[in-house]
Amino acid sequence: MNTNALLAQSREEIRMTLEQGERLLLTFVIPILGLILFSETPIVSTGTSSRVEFFAPSALALAVMSTAMVNLAVATGFERSWGVLKRLGTTPLTPGALLAAKAVAVIVVELVQTIVLLGIALGLGWRPHAGAGVAVGAALLATVAFAGLGFLMAGTLRAEATLAVANGLYVVFLGISGMMFPLSRLGGFADVARLLPPTALADALHPALGSGAGVPAEAWIVLAAWAVVAPALAAWRFRFATD
Amino acid sequence: MESIAVSQLSVHRRGVLAVDSVSFTARAGEVTVLLGPNGAGKTTTVETLEGYLRPDRGSVRVLGLDPAHQRAELTPTLGVMLQEGGIYPPMTSARAISLFASYYANPLGVDELLGIVGLSEVAGVPAKRLSGGQRRRLALALALVGRPRVVFLDEPTAGVDPEGRLAIRGVIEQLRGEGVCILLTTHELEEAERLADHLVLLRAGTIVADGTPAELLGGADEIRFAAAVGLPTEELAARLGAAVREERPGEYRVARAPDPAALAGVTTWLAERGVALDELRGGRRRLEEVFLELLVEEAQPREAAPGRRGRRRR
Repeated sequence: MNTNALLAQSREEIRMTLEQGERLLLTFVIPILGLILFSETPIVSTGTSSRVEFFAPSALALAVMSTAMVNLAVATGFERSWGVLKRLGTTPLTPGALLAAKAVAVIVVELVQTIVLLGIALGLGWRPHAGAGVAVGAALLATVAFAGLGFLMAGTLRAEATLAVANGLYVVFLGISGMMFPLSRLGGFADVARLLPPTALADALHPALGSGAGVPAEAWIVLAAWAVVAPALAAWRFRFATD
Repeated sequence: MESIAVSQLSVHRRGVLAVDSVSFTARAGEVTVLLGPNGAGKTTTVETLEGYLRPDRGSVRVLGLDPAHQRAELTPTLGVMLQEGGIYPPMTSARAISLFASYYANPLGVDELLGIVGLSEVAGVPAKRLSGGQRRRLALALALVGRPRVVFLDEPTAGVDPEGRLAIRGVIEQLRGEGVCILLTTHELEEAERLADHLVLLRAGTIVADGTPAELLGGADEIRFAAAVGLPTEELAARLGAAVREERPGEYRVARAPDPAALAGVTTWLAERGVALDELRGGRRRLEEVFLELLVEEAQPREAAPGRRGRRRR
């Protein structure tokens, strides 16, 4: 693989995320504002010793979902509709290299989000438990699962439809993932919600970083299953050109 | 050796036979123009050569390679300008060129290339804020950045302002001088006439003519005139010592150079017969006449007008 091309492509993928207002709103502004607002005001009762103990892992989970699913889907969907993906098909940049560059960009943006959110959460008085290794593992599995969903949308729908569906899923996932309020409030529906990747991610991050309790096996199984199935579906259905 | 060889190519697109048994070649150091109305199969042919589409029958070779299966070997030598798009709207020209340069082993310099396509002044403007013509020049620059040996330009000047057209034509002539094989599509006769070393005329997926412009335009000079229908052409032919044909009712062609004596011969003969002269022209035929003639001749047995499948690709 041409390292020069991979580096240049990764750099542009990162720049296009960090330079555009609507993408920054999604990847940074909303998780940051959510973290501060919900941690500082008693809007939601969390059942934890402090609100930030609940909302810091939530904000990190939201950051992963916004970057790996929504931002990736929308960016890739528009690149497809602009004919960019098609055009890249006749350059020496291989599809594998493009995928690798997008992976690098997602990881780098997630790292920046994590650093910023961690800093703010620590400033709000958060003292995380030492579950970093477990949290990173869950976040990586979730990233692969979300990216699979993102590519599936981007590679099969029109760009406008990808934009709508990705943002719609984001709102639904946010509501039923246990990121905004404890999952127990969903009653019987919680068991269904637990089969979705955002819920499994929140189920992993809350105990790993918050209470220090063990991550339920079910969360690992759900994350791993989505991390296999979603990318496989995307690889099967993805079309580089819209025509 | 031919840089591009298309042999008995048939390609279906969205269930329609878009290209039907097409064969032609294109050589290095020449501009080969695929000319035809919308829906003639130009883009389908080019996209098969680029490896996007696969032949249903026949074969295509670019530099001896199969574009659909030998992508890794071929892409470093190709320059592609799609009919539409292919650029990142949020990215400036300088960034886009420098990104594409990173894909190639020995790219042109960013500033040099910006100068060649005339975008130096707007190098820092995002592509979405460039004019249509400037965006086409950026797409051209991205096609050239890797120093390609074969360049595919799908309607490079469509919708481009006159200044931009001059710039694009200048770049194409420079590439030809450097020995690059250029395959260009257009539905504009003037464009084809100006640029082509080799013309391939397509209509409804088949080739109706293939040759140099000189061959297609006819080597000999001639006189054309329009007058009453059904004049006795043998009589005029005998007087002028050249063949005279009534090609269409009331339209005549004399196979003789339009020197003053010959023109006088035509007008005198008409005057003697008391026939009014509607139109008189001498010299070489223009490509437009050849083109329309070929399209009309081809279309007659088939009833359909050219461009009936003329909906452009989105």
